[in-house]
Amino acid sequence: MTEPRTLPRIGVLAIQGDYAAHADALAESGATPVEVRKPEELEGLDGLILPGGESTTMLKFLEKRHFFDALLQFCAQHPVFGTCAGAILLAREVRNPSQRSLGLLDAVVERNAYGRQIDSSILTAETSLPGGPLEMVFIRAPRIAATGSTVEVLARRDGDPVFVRQGKIMAATFHPELSTDRRVHRAFVDTLLATTGK
Amino acid sequence: MSETIGSKNIASTSLRLKVGLAEMLKGGVIMDVMNVEQARIAEEAGATSVMALERVPAMIRAEGGVARMAKPSLIKQIIQAVSIPVMAKARIGHFAEAQILQELGVDFIDESEVLTPADEAHHIDKHAFTTPFVCGARNLGEALRRIAEGAAMIRTKGEAGTGDVVHAVQHMRQIVKEMKALTVLSEQELYAAAKDHQAPYELIRMVAQAGKLPVPNFSAGGIATPADAALMMQLGAEAIFVGSGIFMKERATPLDVENDPKEREEAVSRAKAIVIATTHYNDPKILAEVSEQVTGTMKGLAAAAIEESQLLQTRGW
Repeated sequence: MTEPRTLPRIGVLAIQGDYAAHADALAESGATPVEVRKPEELEGLDGLILPGGESTTMLKFLEKRHFFDALLQFCAQHPVFGTCAGAILLAREVRNPSQRSLGLLDAVVERNAYGRQIDSSILTAETSLPGGPLEMVFIRAPRIAATGSTVEVLARRDGDPVFVRQGKIMAATFHPELSTDRRVHRAFVDTLLATTGK
Repeated sequence: MSETIGSKNIASTSLRLKVGLAEMLKGGVIMDVMNVEQARIAEEAGATSVMALERVPAMIRAEGGVARMAKPSLIKQIIQAVSIPVMAKARIGHFAEAQILQELGVDFIDESEVLTPADEAHHIDKHAFTTPFVCGARNLGEALRRIAEGAAMIRTKGEAGTGDVVHAVQHMRQIVKEMKALTVLSEQELYAAAKDHQAPYELIRMVAQAGKLPVPNFSAGGIATPADAALMMQLGAEAIFVGSGIFMKERATPLDVENDPKEREEAVSRAKAIVIATTHYNDPKILAEVSEQVTGTMKGLAAAAIEESQLLQTRGW
């Protein structure tokens, strides 16, 4: 047995989407997941995941009760990881159609850029993570059309970035929470532990 | 069926992608829409998806006639108008309608008892499609038979077009109760359970181990108010379908959202309230707030007053 240590408490935005799959993935990656539906529930968390789902639905909730500002403030100070809709929320600019976003990740993201559900796919590709190729589940996925100079690209699909990191922010246009490989969530928890010094 | 489904240990790529989209819709509201303006209202209100159809169940019930797949031109207009996923209904067993819907680029096909069934013996072989399917169920056996045929999402049937939630409650409680009962059975007892439920043994075994369906389990049929949505979520639904509840005024008359600003506002208020109630289903303070903001509710029809032969839920098996 290793010495008992407090696991980091990581929020999962639970307005809508596959937040339960993220919570399971966090629990398997050395963190305690906490569902967040209201701005006050961000208090005391060490980091946050913005899950997959419909970004338009999530925005409706963020536009009420000062949730958007609270989230912006939290994400500017803590490690945050966005997948699919979450990556859209984090982007500097959103296209197809244009919509509001947190603007924390220096990237331009295009919604539904690979087509409709019949164009969804599961691919395997190399990433910067150790351990060999990574399975990537793309569902009505957005495309990262451009990234700023401070954004590190961890994986690509046909030349486009699909997995990126910028300081404490991570984003993926695919769904690591829908695969059994936990390297992506572990990488996020590791980043979080390194920055918070826990 | 040799492959296992759900979010883990899945063999088939196609099924994983289908269930994956269903996962993205969890915690949200899928709204029936009959025109572009209603689709826009649904998206503005925060719906996760819209179901394109020509007549909502309340109108089908009142007007009678054969209810079929929506016109392709209507579906295409709605696909153009919104950025969220678009669903559409095919008649039970009508795989040609489903082929057309897949070709149109619909994101989810509802093989629905709300439309007039096209086959009295066979449901659609849903494995044959790339587009995911949702199917209705009143009990666990029915749900598992649909999953065996390839459904990637189950919804309770309820009694569509009534605004009366009583049968949605009954079906959800039934499915949850039957799943719980399986979890305490021994391995040997599962074979007889499969026979009793008239469902494949492999699926019965998966439910016995997991205590839940291998695909998302949503609720539909008679949900008309924010409180109804919260009730179904607390009973175990993972998301909500609202049909006639948002855009209907009287029994067979929809709100005129295209020409009457006041009626448009009423539809918006109902749609927003149900979306908020579905996310905050466990928060009575927020539920009270949003229930107060709703300016009207569909009149509805007590399900108990409907003759057995007029029930939609008994279609399919």
